Amino acid sequence: MDEKFDAIVVGAGPSGNSAAYLLAKAGLKVLQIERGEYPGSKNVQGAILYSDALERVIPDFREDAPLERHIVEQQMWVLDDESYVGNTYRSAEFNKEPYNRYTIIRAQFDKWFSKKVQDAGALLICETTVSDLLMDGNRVIGIQVDREGGAVYADIVILADGVNSLLAKKAGFHPELDPKDVALAVKEIHFLPQETVQERFNIGEDEGVVIEMVGKITQGMMGTGFLYTNKESITIGVGCMLSDFKKQKTTPYALLEQMKTHPAIKPIIAGGEMKEYTAHLIPEGGYKAIPKICGDGWLMVGDAAMFVNAVHREGSNLAMTSGRLAAETVIALKEAGKEMTAANLALYREKLDDSFLMKDLKKYKNMPEILHSNPQFFTTYPELVNRAAHSMLTVDGVDKKSKEREIRGNFVGKRSLFGLMGDAFKLWRAFE
Amino acid sequence: MHIVVCIKQVPDSAQIRVHPVTNTIMRQGVPAIVNPYDLYSLEEALRIKDQYGGRVTVLSMGPPQAETALRKAISFGADDAILVTDRAFAGSDTLATSYALASAIRQIEKDIPVDMVFAGKQTIDGDTAQVGPGIAKRLDMLLLTYVSKIRDIDLENKTITVERRAEGGVQVLKTKLPCLVTVLEGTNEMRFATMTNMFRAARHPLKVWDKEKAGIEDVTKIGLKGSPTIVSKVFAPTPKSVRAEIIDTESNQPKDLAVTLLAKLFTKKPDLAKDIAKNAS
Repeated sequence: MDEKFDAIVVGAGPSGNSAAYLLAKAGLKVLQIERGEYPGSKNVQGAILYSDALERVIPDFREDAPLERHIVEQQMWVLDDESYVGNTYRSAEFNKEPYNRYTIIRAQFDKWFSKKVQDAGALLICETTVSDLLMDGNRVIGIQVDREGGAVYADIVILADGVNSLLAKKAGFHPELDPKDVALAVKEIHFLPQETVQERFNIGEDEGVVIEMVGKITQGMMGTGFLYTNKESITIGVGCMLSDFKKQKTTPYALLEQMKTHPAIKPIIAGGEMKEYTAHLIPEGGYKAIPKICGDGWLMVGDAAMFVNAVHREGSNLAMTSGRLAAETVIALKEAGKEMTAANLALYREKLDDSFLMKDLKKYKNMPEILHSNPQFFTTYPELVNRAAHSMLTVDGVDKKSKEREIRGNFVGKRSLFGLMGDAFKLWRAFE
Repeated sequence: MHIVVCIKQVPDSAQIRVHPVTNTIMRQGVPAIVNPYDLYSLEEALRIKDQYGGRVTVLSMGPPQAETALRKAISFGADDAILVTDRAFAGSDTLATSYALASAIRQIEKDIPVDMVFAGKQTIDGDTAQVGPGIAKRLDMLLLTYVSKIRDIDLENKTITVERRAEGGVQVLKTKLPCLVTVLEGTNEMRFATMTNMFRAARHPLKVWDKEKAGIEDVTKIGLKGSPTIVSKVFAPTPKSVRAEIIDTESNQPKDLAVTLLAKLFTKKPDLAKDIAKNAS
């Protein structure tokens, strides 16, 4: 007997879970299919949880979600080989509830999220891969899974199958990913006693620190590094564009190993025992790389739809937001007794355009190209800034004015006055 | 033919690590799986069901999360699942566990008579191989361990013929039903679940039995109280650090290789020549 659902959600990551949860809660008959052994087994993220996006799906998530530390301090490091210039923002405001950002361990968090989805009434089936979309002309009418008797039907199929959405590619909704639109990130979790973590970062029991890094750690490639504090561990990772790895013939693993030996980073993770090593693709093509996101009988959410704000390191919140807006769209159409046609589903696109998600992605739409064609942002500038700081902070009998002149000379020498002005203009345009 | 298959949820030992300082097992984040040996038994039971008809009931004792293991068994084709779970069972060793499972099987029998019980050869976390035989003894069933093949089941005369791996060879044994069978690894390969069974597994109303429902008569025989086994120490054995040595030779001729090796051996053990001479005389 054929199974028929109101909605099928493919994937149990943040976007799929948000969609499935809200749909099930609204009383729809929902099936969620996950390829991994259990939800979270294949999911990778830094991982910072942005409260706002989750709050709009599960308002009281703080009551039982497995949260590591709330962020009280953000650091930004610009690294040279031996040194870094950094800025820090720490505020007592961040210690007031409700907290805005948390570090999380995705394996635990996803398990919790999935439990909520199932409790809401969605049927979850794991270890099952959706191999094809079932079509009636141009309309998606269901899915075909890699198991005997694997045809399942639904009014709407929500593709939440992640960055490398094989399904969307197969169905022709999505072109093959361009290596310049995808970053490859690797990270490790280093186990350290809770007290050690707190001592090293000068933080209290539930307080956490985020360090974002840019500079020579990426060896000239377009990318960033990061370091987060968890309850009893430290997450450290680095990501660069896939096209750069290809060009540079470097492996992500080697890059992370090199990064861990940096004199500023080494002591922070010293003595830790590595607990987890994961790698993941991140769609960083931005606004211009967004594919078609809905059609007759289908919607696309999260990484599958390229919803990542690379500039601000935001992804899971965009995933949850798009999952929520997809669910709201489907619920609204159901309630109005409307069909899941491309024309009706355009409401999803409208909702996205009205939200921070599309507005932010639009704002930085030129960023990927600028950074791609201007590697100096990742090499020359970090080096110059560090040299300038070093020069100014070394007391050696040279007057400050001469030092300033030397620093200015360094900048112009490395990057010509015209280049400097051009770079400044480009950045201004990109952030405008 | 009604077959009860006993399964256990275990931590995936391939992913377990021992804490370098405290020597305790680090369970954090280690995924739980169905004991791999139990899957050979389950598949064998399902094959019997496919061939001779009947019913497969899976039974597990463990914490509430062992539900996942039972649902997995249903996805492969088991008809029913029972989880025996109660705080009173905590700390059970193999003696207490086999007592509890045997009680539960007696309760199952009240509904439908049991013709066979299957159990894994052993678990990958305890490695004792005692629970299966323990159940057989308590239920007064004939016991066939290390079965590598089920040759035939005679439904009319209620007999079973199996091949059993024994030291130095294979025994062909025929016995009366009911009996308890533990299956050797590699006997079969677990089937790939159909979508119909995946749906059934996700929706199946599991039976959850506490100690009363499981028919436990003597509470001193379960849990810590009923477990005479004491774990006095857990430690990770220090790995042997014998280093291999790479020896250069003039050529790859067997004769040269032998000469080089012998020369090395005699230099390393100066007394060797003397010993050989002594033994020869």
